[in-house]
Amino acid sequence: MANDNERPIPGASVGEQFQDNARMSMRNVNIFYGEKQAIFDVSLDIGQNQVMAMIGPSGCGKSTFLRSLNRMNDTIEGCRVEGQIAMDGQNLYDEKLDVVELRARVGMVFQKPNPFPKSIYDNVAYGPKIHGLAESRVDLDEMVESSLRKASLWNEVKDRLHQPGTGLSGGQQQRLCIARAIAVNPEVILMDEPCSALDPIATAKIEELIEELSENFTIAIVTHSMQQAARVSHRTAYFHLGRLIEVNPTEQVFTMPEHELTEGYITGRFG
Amino acid sequence: MQASNLLFIIIALAVFGYFSGYGRSLRVAKPLGSISKLHSLPSYYAMQTAIWVALPALLLMAVWLLAADSITHAYIMRGFEQVTATSDYNLTLNRIINVASGALPGAGQSAEIVAAAEQLQQIGATQQWALTVLVLTLCSAGGLWSWQRIKADFRARAAVEGMLQKFLLMSASLAILTTLGIVLSVLFESIRFFSTVPITEFVFGTSWSPQTAIRVDQIGSSGSFGAVPLFTGTLLISAIAMVVAVPVGLMSAIYLAEYASPKFRRSAKPLLEILAGVPTVVYGFFAALTVAPLIRDLGSSFGLDVAAESALAAGSVMGIMIIPFISSLADDVITAVPQSMRDGSLAMGATQSETIRNVVIPAALPGIVGGILLAASRAIGETMIVVMAAGMAANLTANPLDAVTTVTVQIVTLLTGDQEFDSAKTLAAFALGLMLFIVTLGLNFLALRIVKKYREQYD
Repeated sequence: MANDNERPIPGASVGEQFQDNARMSMRNVNIFYGEKQAIFDVSLDIGQNQVMAMIGPSGCGKSTFLRSLNRMNDTIEGCRVEGQIAMDGQNLYDEKLDVVELRARVGMVFQKPNPFPKSIYDNVAYGPKIHGLAESRVDLDEMVESSLRKASLWNEVKDRLHQPGTGLSGGQQQRLCIARAIAVNPEVILMDEPCSALDPIATAKIEELIEELSENFTIAIVTHSMQQAARVSHRTAYFHLGRLIEVNPTEQVFTMPEHELTEGYITGRFG
Repeated sequence: MQASNLLFIIIALAVFGYFSGYGRSLRVAKPLGSISKLHSLPSYYAMQTAIWVALPALLLMAVWLLAADSITHAYIMRGFEQVTATSDYNLTLNRIINVASGALPGAGQSAEIVAAAEQLQQIGATQQWALTVLVLTLCSAGGLWSWQRIKADFRARAAVEGMLQKFLLMSASLAILTTLGIVLSVLFESIRFFSTVPITEFVFGTSWSPQTAIRVDQIGSSGSFGAVPLFTGTLLISAIAMVVAVPVGLMSAIYLAEYASPKFRRSAKPLLEILAGVPTVVYGFFAALTVAPLIRDLGSSFGLDVAAESALAAGSVMGIMIIPFISSLADDVITAVPQSMRDGSLAMGATQSETIRNVVIPAALPGIVGGILLAASRAIGETMIVVMAAGMAANLTANPLDAVTTVTVQIVTLLTGDQEFDSAKTLAAFALGLMLFIVTLGLNFLALRIVKKYREQYD
């Protein structure tokens, strides 16, 4: 990359990359779009029930990295992953791995709320239905209710479950997408800038929700807002030009960053 | 001067007006320093001038060409007050016109007619001169007036925008008025038909045999005009066509939009669309010479009695013809479903086909139904394949192996050849047309209601 010459970027990342209770572990991951390399040699662990925030300037590859964690970048043509990404010791890019099963275990919430053009109920029931999780209609009703409750949306929508999900406000839509994701009982939830399309009040609600969800789920969240990373996450990873620069407990990253690039970013010198 | 030449002159003058308007606006701008000091860009002033050169003259010409003939003809026919019957009146008028244009030799015609023809010639010549002078005057007057209006503070932009909007409105109303005109003309002829054949017999009658005798005392002089066999025939063939086209079209669209590589899609889609470009006559003889015998042979090997021309042959070939209407439109709307919908579903662990079935197709439904509707109206209106492959026999049957006929085929047979224009036989064609129009309108309306009810709207 041309920028390599302008600013020195170390080959190795600094900080505590590895965890004892790792849920997902990435080793020497390189990701390419055709000829262009987007992620350079990233090694990182995400621990059980941790909220891992990924921050960094636009185009630093954090979303690409996130999408590789449940193989959503399979849908992008020419995208290629090297190295090892493993969940509970199983390599995600193993040929024998069932992508469908993986995605049921690693859910994802996107930047722009994308509820299906169906009723609120059907949005949440979608996952349980395709995975055959519900034995009966009553079962399904319960699953929908509990998912909506966990996404703290139940009280707002319980009287209009059969109205279209697209009719909700942006924040409600995003919480609906979270409810939809947790309805299949994933173990890990990936969030790709889940609040970037929302107003501050809706954002606060989602952040509160992330905190509650971290009791039951492991969460990786990409965010542009450093305050958000500081508020919701346990550990923070700073990406720069496709490289993992630093990963440390969130408090340390925002108070005593180890690397000068991290410091530059969080103090607003660039980004 | 001929009207077409005059048209060219108007266009040339408008172009001239454009450039002189442009030049004048530049000259107006020069002492002010820059064209930004003008209210509008020079092209707006130019356009304004060009419009004023052309538009009034064109309007005058249109009105003149529409009205002039009937006025002159009424004037010429003053001398023939004794001619009262419509057909005689038209006959005399035509004779005069033909003599005047030299198509009919003047010798052998009555003196009155020759005199009238001469008068017509004179009036024609004068008219052309008058039109030429008037048009040129209007052009220059309009042009000069708007040319001298070009000032720095003249709001040419608003004027041009306003005129453009009116022009667009005119185009839109033209389409609507044409539809209205067609419907009304069909409606009035149908009313004439229903005065000879009761509407109940037409709508509910099950026997179609429109042969009316020339003399009243002949056998079978009345004919029978029950349209039911025609409509069942139409519906049968269209249904067969849809049974062929909808699954094939839809599935090929899904394959092209969701599974095929972009490279394959780029070459396969135009190839598929070639199907729509094959003339229906070609499909017709494909159906009559290849498919119909094939079906008959196949049927007889199963011990079935298949007519040489069958609804199945016509319907299946028609189905192939309309595949691209469905596949191409469906492909477009499926591609237009946002990727975020698919991502959402895939990220839940849905397979690709589950995603397509549960998310993509429901979201694309209105467009898909639109394509199916378009294909259905093509199928209902299709004539040539049916004439060649399904026969002319108006059988009331639901058996796809029988010969049937359709509404459009009967309209064609009723109106081709030498016909009296006011017999029940010819007027029946208009009644059929009207019925067909009502039926397709009803189908469209119904389909739109269904789509509205079940559509899943994404934003």
